[in-house]
Amino acid sequence: MVKAVQVKDLWWKYDGSQDWNLKGINLEVEKGEFLAIVGPTGAGKSTFCMCLNGLIPHNFMGTMKGTVVVSGMNTLEKRVADLSEKVGLVFEDPESQFIGMSVEEELVFGPENLGFSKEEIKQRMEQALDIVRMKNYLNKAPYELSGGQKQRVAIASALVTCPEIMVLDEPTSQLDPVGKAEVFSVISELKRNRNVTIILVEHLTEEIVKYADRVILLYGGRIELEGQPKDFFKEVDLLKEKGVFPPQVTELGYLLNKSYGASDGNLPLTIYQAYEEITSTLKKVSSRCQK
Amino acid sequence: MSKVNSIIHVKDLWHTYPDGTTALKGLSLDVSRSEFLAIIGQNGSGKTTLAKHFNGLLKPTKGIVIVDGVDTRKTSTSTLATKVGYTFQNPDHQICCPTVEAEVAFGPKQLDLSEEEIRRRVDKWLGMLGLEGFRDEHPFFLNKAERQRVTVASMLAMEPEVLVVDEPTTGMDWKQSYAALDMLKSLNATGKTVIIITHNMRLVAEYARRVIVMLDGLVLIEGSVEEVFSRSDILSKAFLRPPQVTELAHKLKEFGVPPTVLNVQQMHGILGRFYEELS
Repeated sequence: MVKAVQVKDLWWKYDGSQDWNLKGINLEVEKGEFLAIVGPTGAGKSTFCMCLNGLIPHNFMGTMKGTVVVSGMNTLEKRVADLSEKVGLVFEDPESQFIGMSVEEELVFGPENLGFSKEEIKQRMEQALDIVRMKNYLNKAPYELSGGQKQRVAIASALVTCPEIMVLDEPTSQLDPVGKAEVFSVISELKRNRNVTIILVEHLTEEIVKYADRVILLYGGRIELEGQPKDFFKEVDLLKEKGVFPPQVTELGYLLNKSYGASDGNLPLTIYQAYEEITSTLKKVSSRCQK
Repeated sequence: MSKVNSIIHVKDLWHTYPDGTTALKGLSLDVSRSEFLAIIGQNGSGKTTLAKHFNGLLKPTKGIVIVDGVDTRKTSTSTLATKVGYTFQNPDHQICCPTVEAEVAFGPKQLDLSEEEIRRRVDKWLGMLGLEGFRDEHPFFLNKAERQRVTVASMLAMEPEVLVVDEPTTGMDWKQSYAALDMLKSLNATGKTVIIITHNMRLVAEYARRVIVMLDGLVLIEGSVEEVFSRSDILSKAFLRPPQVTELAHKLKEFGVPPTVLNVQQMHGILGRFYEELS
């Protein structure tokens, strides 16, 4: 089966940059997989995202080595326009991608250029706006929207083209906690119901553990750690040293294990898991006290 | 009458934008001198609209805002800017000069200050915020966290009493976020009043002393950070949740864990007392 993403020994250096920004990235992503990328500012996360839809190398000056193949297409051989049919990219700063004078213009731009019919565009647009709760904002200018609303429009404009792969670079940094949770649940539905491959850059590890199949740590242009959430977040010291904060309950489990001995080496990832583990210990304490 | 110690007094504040949206609906609150206050609430609850009233960027449609004894309707925004500093959510909305040094000097130059005093302030705050090495850089060559520090330095160069920081950590990673909040904490320790607007509950729990929760243009609940975060029921009405360890503490109530736990270390300490009996 064709992989959604195949990256082989990818190196990239922006013109004017002293050091390589990406240093030999090797990564394969399965169709329908949900991959989360964590790492501090400057690790190369956004640069890597732009390699996935061909913005790098086509729209940036720099030097690239290695290959990136998405949906069977080598990014060196295809135009960004062809690649964006398959790969939707949502930037962290929505203002950097807006071009239309209204939310409607913004949303129809992609599908119009991909040659969809008017009816289909209308239907997809309504569906996308429904998902991000922005139905009543069709005629608003993007600059009239709040930071959180702009991010919702950016996500909707990626949704209207129904790409096979969605790459989201900190898509919820300005949303409130409920808005964040809604966006993550929308993204995971796309994966579940339409087998869309998701690549998400996100600092909120507490949300990542709920949805991601696999997590990678990008640091200094290299993949420093990779694994399923339950294994990945065990590396509490390493992650914190690299500027990534594991979920609070995982860190708590790690500290309790370190001070009072491990139960089975697994650390809780969610509040529920932490609750189960801690109550079973506390019950032992109280039953011993009663004796 | 405003409370004796309050530096900002807001009474029955209404604000309607020209497009007809009413963002504030009769809100009242007091901010005490030298406190560290967090304003939280969902997108569109009116947090930024409220904050822009503190330095007169917006004027009340109805009601009053008194800042350090003066009515904002009767005072120019440039005068208020010496009392209340405000940094925008997006640093790019306020940066206007071609070098970091010029950006930080921009505000003080509008005041009636000597060249020497302006230089002293610029040097001081560039140094305090670790921006010395970027003095001659164009701000747009800096990354977002650095640009945010430039806007904070520009605000501080005005040497205001009150610092209002709207989403201080958007676009920052955890280390940068903690560094930004540590900086605000040390400014607060020198007597500055600090008001942060943020969605990051973990940072609110670890840094703020008092919290105001806004919902639909009004104050839903206010109190110490322990009081507010122990009321999950009310927070959920505002579509907010306390930090993960605080939520865990609520669930462990039956074992005597207090609902006021705010960070991992506290929880580790509390549970440690139980776990020690086992070992």
